[in-house]
Amino acid sequence: MKLLRDTSLIFQRQAQLLLRNPVWILVGVFQPVMYLLLFAPLLKPALQVSSNAEAYEIFVPGLLVLLAIFGGLFQGFGLIAELRAGVIERSRVTPVSRLALLLGRSLRDVVSLIAQAVIITLLALLFDLRVFIGNLLLAYLMLALISLMTSALSYGIALVVKSEDALAPLMNTVAQPILLLSGILLPLTFAPGWLQGIADWNPFSWAVDGTRALFRGDLGSPDVWQGLLIMAVLAAAAVAWAAREFARSVR
Amino acid sequence: MIETRGLRKSFTSRQGREKKKIEAVRGVDLDVAEGEIFGFLGPNGAGKTTTLRMLATLIEPDGGSATIAGADLRADPGEVRRRIGYVAQGGSTWEESTAREELVLQARLYGASKSTALARAAEVLEAFQLAEYADRKCKTYSGGQRRRVDIALGIIHAPKVVFLDEPTTGLDPQSRAHMWDEVRRLRAEGMTVFITTHYLDEADALCDRVSIMDNGEIVASGTPAELKREISGDVVRVGLTAEHVGAAAQALNSYKIETYDDSVRLFVEDGAVAIPQILRALDAAEVPLGTIELHRPTLDDVFLTKTGRSLRES
Ligand SMILES: Nc1ncnc2c1ncn2[C@@H]1O[C@H](COP(=O)(O)OP(=O)(O)O)[C@@H](O)[C@H]1O
Ligand SMILES: [Mg+2]
Repeated sequence: MKLLRDTSLIFQRQAQLLLRNPVWILVGVFQPVMYLLLFAPLLKPALQVSSNAEAYEIFVPGLLVLLAIFGGLFQGFGLIAELRAGVIERSRVTPVSRLALLLGRSLRDVVSLIAQAVIITLLALLFDLRVFIGNLLLAYLMLALISLMTSALSYGIALVVKSEDALAPLMNTVAQPILLLSGILLPLTFAPGWLQGIADWNPFSWAVDGTRALFRGDLGSPDVWQGLLIMAVLAAAAVAWAAREFARSVR
Repeated sequence: MIETRGLRKSFTSRQGREKKKIEAVRGVDLDVAEGEIFGFLGPNGAGKTTTLRMLATLIEPDGGSATIAGADLRADPGEVRRRIGYVAQGGSTWEESTAREELVLQARLYGASKSTALARAAEVLEAFQLAEYADRKCKTYSGGQRRRVDIALGIIHAPKVVFLDEPTTGLDPQSRAHMWDEVRRLRAEGMTVFITTHYLDEADALCDRVSIMDNGEIVASGTPAELKREISGDVVRVGLTAEHVGAAAQALNSYKIETYDDSVRLFVEDGAVAIPQILRALDAAEVPLGTIELHRPTLDDVFLTKTGRSLRES
């Protein structure tokens, strides 16, 4: 119960600070909306599909997964600012649960990601996207797991490297191949066999396939449970590791 | 209230390929009594912060033991956390939060209910004369105000012991004097205060007892008066022009002597006897005298005799 209480304390604080800073809303929502609008005219011919609806079924889940990955991975920068300000050290002298220090922050990231995802989905509805509510909620669960994992990972790495200068190139190095090799923006159906072979080893590629299946309405596809399971396991591992870093981080 | 035996900590730092081992704290024994203002005096890099961070459960010691407010540091760090407050050297507030928000959160992290936390925050804001600014963002505070918020955060849960790491460094003289008053007030409220400083006058004026630390070790402990008494005799300071320092040191080499850019310091049995001798020796060596003064030893002289260096220089 202490864990729940502590987590909610940290979550409230982080959420309050986030809401106080309106720039977040601008960047967090405006940018994906631009993606939707700018890519819209290109989608139908590029994906060789017959309708807008079909194009968005492929593109929107990819965009959401992309946001979940990147949104999470870059949270570490905020934590480095907190480390520098002494806020983390100040928390660590109290008896607060170390897991709560991580979870409160990561849950804030998950909630803000889901808020973004809802806005984007609603907009995509205007472009004729149709998706069952049950499937959509499962897709959001997938996004939540992805963002939990990437944000925990980012916090953990931030605690290890302790400087923006080290974190920025590291995150880019991690993010680039993930992005290119997961078929996130466009599916790898048309990619050569060797590329698909590599993508099989990219966990996010499984997550994207699962999310696309959900947006297609193909709940029975093995992609769905496989994607969810892989993400759940990785999220749990990332959380456990990052919480340990909170417990022992030096300065 | 605090008892440590053989507390040790080393860090490995990487310089390029090479790994270097830094022995930051090499076996520290401390005994701090209840209700004391205990001072940890030492130059930068002496290991003060590292010792404090070990006692505050932030880093694990490599060896040794400590009991703080009755709780064992190694066996029960959770209990130590509940009983102590710690105020870091570099500050601890978030610029976009207000002092009140920070204090309420901190109280709640220590387990207080929302209403208790609010009441306690108001009380502490009043005591530290922060009420006026309580709802302004921390980034708008002056250095002295910020430092008071830091300390308020450290004692929000009314701990038995509070560790203050260089609370006056970087403050203007007025804020410093103000901070001394705050520290004395904490003691008057029944707290044991463990404070680090590299200011001699601060250790001398504020602390009941002092340990002098250098290079990871404690080189002397006692009340400031005791420590100064250990240096028998007087200190004579001779002011000279820079080019004559070498000649003066030569002429006075029968004394225990320390040379500076524009002066030398001599440790003598009895100033009244020594000064005429010193003057004669300088005269014989044809060293023109600038000033000569006699004073009782300061903590700097204690540091000097124990380490061979002056605290002012290091
Ligand atoms: N996290 C760390 N990693 C490596 N070296 C450290 C670390 N913290 C402190 N040190 C080194 O330990 C020594 C003691 O530092 P510190 O305890 O901060 O001294 P003080 O507080 O007396 O100025 C210094 O040489 C410092 O560089
Ligand atoms: Mg220090």
